[in-house]
Amino acid sequence: MAISDDIAVVGWAQTPMVRHTDLSEVQLLLRVITDAIEPLGLTRADIDFTCLGSCDYITGQAFSFVGNLDAIGAWPPKRDSHVEMDGAWALYEAWLRLQEGDIDIAVVTGSGRSSTGDPALIYPMEMDPYFLAPIGADPVTFAALQARAAIKAGIADERAMAEVAVRARGKGEVDELLKGDYVREPLRRHDLPPITDGAAAMVLARGDRARELVERPAYITGFDHRTECHNPSFRALDDSPSTRIAAEAAGLGKAPVELAELQAAFTHEELLLRSVLGLSDEVKVNPSGGALKENPIMASGLCRIGYAADHIFGGGNRALAHSTSGPCLQQNLICILEGRS
Amino acid sequence: MIPAAVVGVGQTHHKSKRRDVSFGGLVREAVFRALDDAQMTMADIDAVIIGKAPDLFEGVMKPELYLSDALGAVGKPMFRVHTAGSVGGTTGIVAASHVQTGKHTTVLAVAFEKQSEGNAQFALGSGKGASLGAGGSFAPFIRSYIHRSGAPEHIGWKVAVKDRQNALKNPYAHLKLQDISIEKVKESPMMWEPIRFLESCPSSDGACALVITDEDGGKAAAAAGRPPAWILGTSSRSEPPAFPGRDPVRPQACLTCAEDVYAQAGITRPREQIDMAELYVPFSWHEPMWLESHHLADEGEGWKLTDAGETEITGSMPINCSGGVLSSNPIGASGLLRFAEAALQVRGMAGEHQVEGCRTALGMAYGANSQYFSMWVVANSLQPFG
Repeated sequence: MAISDDIAVVGWAQTPMVRHTDLSEVQLLLRVITDAIEPLGLTRADIDFTCLGSCDYITGQAFSFVGNLDAIGAWPPKRDSHVEMDGAWALYEAWLRLQEGDIDIAVVTGSGRSSTGDPALIYPMEMDPYFLAPIGADPVTFAALQARAAIKAGIADERAMAEVAVRARGKGEVDELLKGDYVREPLRRHDLPPITDGAAAMVLARGDRARELVERPAYITGFDHRTECHNPSFRALDDSPSTRIAAEAAGLGKAPVELAELQAAFTHEELLLRSVLGLSDEVKVNPSGGALKENPIMASGLCRIGYAADHIFGGGNRALAHSTSGPCLQQNLICILEGRS
Repeated sequence: MIPAAVVGVGQTHHKSKRRDVSFGGLVREAVFRALDDAQMTMADIDAVIIGKAPDLFEGVMKPELYLSDALGAVGKPMFRVHTAGSVGGTTGIVAASHVQTGKHTTVLAVAFEKQSEGNAQFALGSGKGASLGAGGSFAPFIRSYIHRSGAPEHIGWKVAVKDRQNALKNPYAHLKLQDISIEKVKESPMMWEPIRFLESCPSSDGACALVITDEDGGKAAAAAGRPPAWILGTSSRSEPPAFPGRDPVRPQACLTCAEDVYAQAGITRPREQIDMAELYVPFSWHEPMWLESHHLADEGEGWKLTDAGETEITGSMPINCSGGVLSSNPIGASGLLRFAEAALQVRGMAGEHQVEGCRTALGMAYGANSQYFSMWVVANSLQPFG
């Protein structure tokens, strides 16, 4: 078996997902890493490689991740890396690192306390600094442009979007929600993600070590991510070609998946991604509630992979997880997890 | 693991202000030089791995999103690394991993900083005005090194002069101090005792790019008369910010990282087997400190190599022939520039700053409060030691 086919998620944990916490990111990570490794009988000394995902602008501090070395317990010094991306990409780096074949166990995290800043002020700063950032358009504005395109293409409508919101949060009534005012037409409050503070940690193991740790490892059988043109006005917003390419490269078409966890922070994104990925009605989409229920920035994608792994741990055979970054789904990641009998 | 090689190296002309180019223009300058060197186009690149230091330095959050077009990454994987000052090195390591694992055939590693767009001191203090600055953080370590080793104070001045003289041989270097001298350095203002102004790195705008490909690609380049730099080992180590027992003068993470990368490369006698090293030296005294914690000199003896001129281009252990961080410091790119110079040296393409007969070279970067270390060893063949 190729080494790349023998790497599995063996456990994960998340902190309570809350509107605001006074715990620091180090405190969140201390707790969540322990929660991820302890049930496996592992200590921090057993971890061969760590990769953390976080964002200075969310934390509001340069080099904000440096203190997080305390949470991973980097003594003696550890093989370690950090990505300025969601923890889902930290998992990608760890997955590559384990394929080098000399080490067996990696821990990755995603963490963010987005409650400390105003998304409408922060997010415009991730746009092209010459032509888009100066406009100051917030993420809801860009999302609304994409929602309009999806509606025009017949992929979504306001009722279907409200239905997504009701299903994700397990509360509300579609007709009532549709009476609400627009935040940015066609998006209403229920179409938007909550602000969430939280962190997640995941344990990745290779070969026999994975099988020693758990009965049913969630093997990563496909993993790919792609980016596309930055400026939303140069893209066909009723499509997500980077998602499609990543799914193809990850082998989505080889066999049906039973479950898909999509990082859709806005209701129309779930409908669009579902359409682009060609998921049939039999596929359970975001039974966790997804990013519409809890949206810990920089951990939201890693949580999707965690919930997909839970499906495998619970006896499922094949699941898909998706993560995204940038305006209007600019960059997309697909991870396929499988169980083995 | 699949052997990987550097077949293209590119960098910008580093300056304090590159107002003539946008962020996109800056990275493209380095990228096209690397692609030209590799005789490739963007179409040959399977994935882009990009690194830079804190986004607060320029005020652009996750700039790789905006740069995906300029870097030709549309439809491809674009991966963003950030490990403090070591990020340029780690970017090279993560890029190499994409090839060594067989995930991709040819990848582009890019790192940049456009310091003139913002205020690094403001960002280091997170806008709260409480920053010690890098020099303020490192000066106590340097004083401790001097105390322990008994090194005379002119050692720092010598490093400052040597690296600036090397920079005069490097067309891309930022500082071109034609009349640099020991006198000038020792008369320059005291910044953070014992670090004087001319013993400190500049703030630069600049970028660096490497094309890394697999064994077949490396061999094809060699057959076409374009020597590859074979990557014999890569390693990174991190340690926590502060606790009793940590030694920032001789960091355990640095020692472990060096031992790991030497073991991968088959190096048992680093002082003899490594022909040159590009070490991340932002303040002059880091040269003797790093010589010791890379096992290139015995503990307490690093300054003697510097004093004897052994770290000059013509010495027995040449260090920072490019002029180093002391001459060009686009922070996020500074680590990748070290890795790039090591590659240029073993390819025999370092021009006037070439070490004669260089076969094996070490590139190193470090970051935060001497906590993040990344290194690679490159060579002119896959088995330089027979």
